Amino acid sequence: MATSTPSPLVLFDGVSLGYGDFTVLREISLRVLPGQVVALMGGSGSGKTTLLRAVTGQLVPQKGTVRVFDQDMARLQGETLRQVRQRMGVLFQAGALFTDLNVFENVAFPLREHTCISEHQIFERVLDKLQAVGLRQAAHLRISEISGGMARRVALARAIVLEPELLLFDEPFAGLDPISLGITAQLIRTLTSQLGCASILITHDVVESFAIADQVYLIGQGRFVANGQPADLQASDDPYVQQFLQGRPDGPIGFHYPDTPAFERWLAGKGRP
Amino acid sequence: MSPSPQPNGSVMQAGVRQVRALGRWLIELIMGLGAFARLFAQILARSGVVLRRPRLTAQQIHFIGNHSLLIIGVSGLFVGFVLGLQGYYTLNRYGSEEALGLLVTLSLTRELGPVVTALLFAGRAGTSLTAEIGLMKAGEQLAAMEVMAVDPIRRVLTPRFWGGVIAMPILAAVFSMVGVLGGWFVGVILIGIDPGAFWSQMQSGVDVVDDVLNGVIKSVVFGAVVTLIALYQGWTTRATPEGVSRATTRTVVDGALAVLGLDFLMTALMFAQ
Repeated sequence: MATSTPSPLVLFDGVSLGYGDFTVLREISLRVLPGQVVALMGGSGSGKTTLLRAVTGQLVPQKGTVRVFDQDMARLQGETLRQVRQRMGVLFQAGALFTDLNVFENVAFPLREHTCISEHQIFERVLDKLQAVGLRQAAHLRISEISGGMARRVALARAIVLEPELLLFDEPFAGLDPISLGITAQLIRTLTSQLGCASILITHDVVESFAIADQVYLIGQGRFVANGQPADLQASDDPYVQQFLQGRPDGPIGFHYPDTPAFERWLAGKGRP
Repeated sequence: MSPSPQPNGSVMQAGVRQVRALGRWLIELIMGLGAFARLFAQILARSGVVLRRPRLTAQQIHFIGNHSLLIIGVSGLFVGFVLGLQGYYTLNRYGSEEALGLLVTLSLTRELGPVVTALLFAGRAGTSLTAEIGLMKAGEQLAAMEVMAVDPIRRVLTPRFWGGVIAMPILAAVFSMVGVLGGWFVGVILIGIDPGAFWSQMQSGVDVVDDVLNGVIKSVVFGAVVTLIALYQGWTTRATPEGVSRATTRTVVDGALAVLGLDFLMTALMFAQ
C-alpha cells in the first residue's frame, strides 16, 4: 500500500461538525502529511476536541468528508473501522488509563489485544516505551498511585506502543510541570520523526507547540481563522492571530459562549424573550 | 379520540396526562427490555473470547467469586442455624425430628441456596460490577478502548458475564453446604438429635435430579440474570456520580425482583408434574 508520493494521512474537505442541531465548526479543510506535526490551536470550547473525534470516527460530520488513510471515516464500520483505528494512537485529554491495570499493563494493553508477540517481547517493548517517557521505574505502580502528569505520560507511552502511523494528542501539555512539558514537546517531535508518522496536536500552549509544529491551524468562532507555518503566523498582522498569540483579553476573539438554538428554547421556556 | 375542550376540561386534561405518563412508562420499559436483550445477544455473540482468552474470565471468577465467598459462607451458616431451630420446632410436634437433616437440605438445595445466594450476589458482586463499568465509562476508559480498536463488550463485559454465570452456582453450592453444616450443628450438637438419623434421612430423601440439579439450574439462571442486569446498568448509566449511584441501586432492586419472580416461575415449571 506504500506509495512514493506522500498522500495526506488525514484530509478534511469542507467539513462541518456538531452535535444535534448545534454546529460547532464549519467549512473545515485540513491536510496532514506523513512526518508532519500539525497543531490545532484555539481557546477552550472552540471545538478542538470535536475535531479530534471526527478523525477517530467517533463523530460523523454533518457536511463534507473526513478521509483518514484514504478512507472515508463516515462509511467505515465494524472490522474496517477497527483496522483504521489500529493504525492510530490517541492520547486522551484526561489520559483515560484503565484503572484496574497497573502502569505496565496499561502500556502493554494494545500489544496484548492486537499482536501475538511473546511475553518477553511485550516486556521489552513496554519498558522501552516507558523509558522514552521517563517512567521505566514506575512500571509496577497502580494508576491510583501516580500523579496527573505521570498519567499523561503513561497514556503517551500507551499511544505509541503499537508504533502508529498517525498520533493524535488531545491537550498533551495540560497539567504538566515545566520540565515534563518541554520534554514531552520534544518527545512528540522526535517520535514523529522516528516513527515516520504524523502527529496532530490539540493544544492552546503557544510556546511549546510553535517550537515543534510544522503547520499550525488556528480555530476561532467555529472555523479556521488562520493557518500556516509558525513563523508565518507570528509575522501575521491578522488581529485574531495576534490576540491569540499574545493572549490579550480584548480583540476579535470573544470571551462569551456563542448563542445556540438550545439556549433560545431554554430562555423561551423561562418566559423571557 | 383526541381530547376536545369541554366544561370539565381540567379533569380531562389530568386524565390525558396520566394516560400519557403511563404510555411513556410502558414505552420506556419496552425499549429498556429491548436494549437489555440486545446487550445479552451482543455478549453471547462475543463469547468466543472466553475460550480464546480464558484468563480474562478466570480473573473475573476470582474477583466476583472470591470476594463474595465470606458473606455467602457466613450467611449460609446462619440460615442453616435458623433452619435447624425452626425445623426442629415444627418436626418435634409430630415426633419426627430425625427428619431435620432432610428438611434442612431440601430447603437449601431447592430454594434458599439459589435464591438467598442470588440476592446476596446482587448486593455484593452486582453492585461492584455496575459501579466498575459505570466509572470506566465516566473516566472515558470505554471510549478509549473503542478508539484503540478494542471492542469493550468483548473485552470488558463478556468475561464479566461468564465470570458471574460460573461463580454463582459455585457460591450457591457453598451456601447450601455451609447451611447443612449449620443445621447439623444446631440439630445434632446443640439439640442432640441422633446423627445417624440426621445424615441417613438426608441421604435417602434427597434426589440428585429433582432436588440438586434443579437447584443448580436455578442458580445458573439467577447468575446470568443478575450479572446481566449489573452489566446493563453500568453500561447504560449516565457518566456522572449521580448516574452511577442510581445505577447501582437499580442493580440491587431489579436484580432482587428478577430473582424472586423467576424463582416462582421456575419452581412452578420444575415441580408441577
